[in-house]
Amino acid sequence: MKVLVAVKRVVDSGIKVRVKPDGIDLQGVKMTINPFCEIAVEEAVRLKEKKLIAEIVAVTIGPKQGAESLRHALALGADKAIHVTTEARIDQAVQPLDVANILAKLVERDNYNLVLMGKQSIDDDFNQTGQMLAGLLDWPQATFASNIQITDGIAQVIREIDGGLQTVKFKLPGVITCDLRLNQPRFASVPNIMKAKSKPLETIPLDKLGKLHNSIQITKTEAPAIRKGGAIVENVDVLIQKLRNEAKLF
Amino acid sequence: MLMNHLRNCGKFSTLVFADHSSGKLSKSTLKILNAAKLLNQQISLLVASNDASSVVDQIKSSIPSNVVHQVLVAQHDSFKAPQADLLGNLVKQLIDQHGFTNFVTSTSTIAKDFLPRVAVKYAAQPITDVIAINNDVFLRPVYAGNAIAQVKSNDKVKFISFRPTNFEEIQQTGDKVSNIVQVKVENTKQLIEHVSDELVQSDKPELTTAKFIVSGGRALGSKENFKILDELANALGNTAIGASRAAVDAGYAANDQQVGQTGKVVAPELYIAVGISGAIQHLAGMKDSKVIVAINKDQEAPIVSVADYTIVDDLFKVVPELTKKIKEIKQ
Repeated sequence: MKVLVAVKRVVDSGIKVRVKPDGIDLQGVKMTINPFCEIAVEEAVRLKEKKLIAEIVAVTIGPKQGAESLRHALALGADKAIHVTTEARIDQAVQPLDVANILAKLVERDNYNLVLMGKQSIDDDFNQTGQMLAGLLDWPQATFASNIQITDGIAQVIREIDGGLQTVKFKLPGVITCDLRLNQPRFASVPNIMKAKSKPLETIPLDKLGKLHNSIQITKTEAPAIRKGGAIVENVDVLIQKLRNEAKLF
Repeated sequence: MLMNHLRNCGKFSTLVFADHSSGKLSKSTLKILNAAKLLNQQISLLVASNDASSVVDQIKSSIPSNVVHQVLVAQHDSFKAPQADLLGNLVKQLIDQHGFTNFVTSTSTIAKDFLPRVAVKYAAQPITDVIAINNDVFLRPVYAGNAIAQVKSNDKVKFISFRPTNFEEIQQTGDKVSNIVQVKVENTKQLIEHVSDELVQSDKPELTTAKFIVSGGRALGSKENFKILDELANALGNTAIGASRAAVDAGYAANDQQVGQTGKVVAPELYIAVGISGAIQHLAGMKDSKVIVAINKDQEAPIVSVADYTIVDDLFKVVPELTKKIKEIKQ
């Protein structure tokens, strides 16, 4: 069984971003693998360790630095990598519709049995790509996974839904998107980081697989309104008085 | 083809997906209807359920006919715990039959699951998590709410999800909708099998619709200590209990209690953050609350800078005192 894991390179979640009218300033900003994508890679590696899958292929779309996220996935345990290269901004111009179309082409080319990816990337925060890929391929899907069991070609997935958890199952092939609590990704060991450098990495220019749709345009990006807080109240009595008189709450 | 073309010609209309659970229409539906009104098109409301009668009754008694033109009722056994495959097929069927040009949902997990799946059938790029509309420009938060992107779409059929917390409920005055149309569900081929649900039993309201929220962080120290928030919530009334990601990861609170960009985004009238330092992703989930109170030992914590009122003190002293005094007021 072959698994495709989609990964994206994003601004590190600990960075306070600088907002410019044409988008987030990416100059000299620390970038990492999207945390949800890292969870997807870890899950694939665990499935391989349980001998449920034979091969893990990591894929990313983006500029040449995107290869760093692929090397990270290879160091965690992916077997090979595919880099679909484009200079377009992956947090703006490359949209979930584009990513789903490109991934669908790769699935058709290489015959994967399962596609694992994060539930969303922490830059554009769309939470769409896995669902769109499943729709394009007419495959079953399980989003927001917090547990994945695979037995005899059947995936049973626990999903985080409003109000609690839901278990679904389907026959593979299928698409699963990973939520925060699915696993705790391991640290890549130094020997594995070294080994990752010699694992195969295929590069494909994006225009060989299709073109960008640009079906939505981001006309402007602004910082959100700043909330004016910071008032310290001495004690509970003053707080209650403020809540009643200023905020008129009770 | 020609018939389809004639039917769709010159007609722009919106289909809104109604959220409901256990036979109750969700308040979020009343909020996203207000958002859908901003699209200035005739609105149809879709109820997909295995037993739609009580939800339809609530719609007939609460939703004015000048807001919703017709209610489409799709009743099918598989909609007991609806999955993305069948919901996607249903919505595609309705768009093809009626020529809707907008499909609108809330940001519920059900909608997040199936909206992109059906959008891709129309080669459309969904605009999700919309917080406001200015003419044809949609505003949506990106980068965990640290930036707001203004977005335009060329798609022939637009797929839009609105954050309910950013919109008021529709006014329930005037004649109510009476145009109820039964839909025959055409494609029932199932790819995804529902096995079971394990829902958290709670006497508290839902985070996204509660009037007040009391939220706890890792400083609470244990699941047992979280009970002091319960008592404060009971004293306040109509109050949901939230948690920071750290508290959820530590096992003090359930997964679906997590407030933040990757958890629930909330905007209650009052948000009390107890022992929460205020990581960026947590602030992104609650900074639209009308009034924010922080109870924290650390005056330098980021939560203090967004809170309207902060008490810098031990939460185990402050929370019980606040509970006691609110009870006194409410008596």
